Amino acid sequence: MRVLGISGSLRDASYNTKLLRVAGRLLRDDVEFTIWDGLKAIPPYDEDDDIGSGPPAVARFRQAIAGADAVLFATPEYNASIPGALKNAIDWASRPLATNPLRNKPVAVIGASTGMFGAVWAQAELRKVLGATGARVVEAELAVGHAHEHLDADGHPADPAQEEALRDSVLLLLGELANAEVAA
Amino acid sequence: MSTIEQTTQAVPTGTWNADPVHSEIAFTVEYMAGKFRGTFEKFNVQLVDGVLSGTAEVTSISVKDENLEAHLLSPEFFDAERYPELSFRSTRISREGDEVTIAGEVTIKGHTELAEIRGTFKDPINDPYGSERLGLRLETTVDRTKFGLNWNNPLPSGEPALANDVTLTAELQLVKAA
Repeated sequence: MRVLGISGSLRDASYNTKLLRVAGRLLRDDVEFTIWDGLKAIPPYDEDDDIGSGPPAVARFRQAIAGADAVLFATPEYNASIPGALKNAIDWASRPLATNPLRNKPVAVIGASTGMFGAVWAQAELRKVLGATGARVVEAELAVGHAHEHLDADGHPADPAQEEALRDSVLLLLGELANAEVAA
Repeated sequence: MSTIEQTTQAVPTGTWNADPVHSEIAFTVEYMAGKFRGTFEKFNVQLVDGVLSGTAEVTSISVKDENLEAHLLSPEFFDAERYPELSFRSTRISREGDEVTIAGEVTIKGHTELAEIRGTFKDPINDPYGSERLGLRLETTVDRTKFGLNWNNPLPSGEPALANDVTLTAELQLVKAA
């Protein structure tokens, strides 16, 4: 079983990327967890370039999603919404809609921000966008506000309730996978 | 009076199968400023000794845009991957003249709800192919949100663009099995 982690932040010391690493450690040993690191290489969406498998960085992104059984997104919030780079990457992945690799893919969204609300609006919009792509959006919820204070150096939430919410998010995502196996 | 007695008085006995070419299963829903309509192209409907039942393949949904079709099949709408069929089964059929009322269960996206269907019945005729066929035109309205089809988008006014009530119609020509 393979889970792909996608961080909406490009920053080396990103709180969201750290949060994904912590989430990865919560997964069972038989789950292979990879954090995708190609977001910066994705060009702006241009339908003229969307030919065949697309630009190489896009082709790798689409393959990474297609090869995963589930995707866990962690996003910061820019201007009350999804970071442009992340939205752009999803726009690439979602075309053509009828055959895109996010289709029916179990996905969960969590987020952290240095602001008070933990990227809740960006998360809500990301869930909406993922739903529109045809992904199977899990009802997971984790919003880490004041991330610079509430995550330790490795990305562990200082608040036990948030550590529990992170665990629940991962379990919900894996639970959706279990359902998918039963349904298939 | 038993259900069986009621149904056998209402419609002919025997097995009658829908002619797929000359039958149609469709849905109509208010969207923005008017009615939006689509069909399910693949279905199976039978009337067997007074019990009407049928299934429609969700992936056979037909609307006039392939991206909309993809959206309708996704988990936000019908979730065709997990729930590939819609189904209906009657529990009672009553008829007065040409008017028919059918009680039954509609199952969409794994949820089953009771429904009352109204319509018209056309008595069997002999068709040019040597078979007997009868006609049923049926209509019912369901609240899509009861079946977990909750998607919506606000209009600029803030009002939802898509209505919750969906009218399901079936134009059926049922051919008597040999």
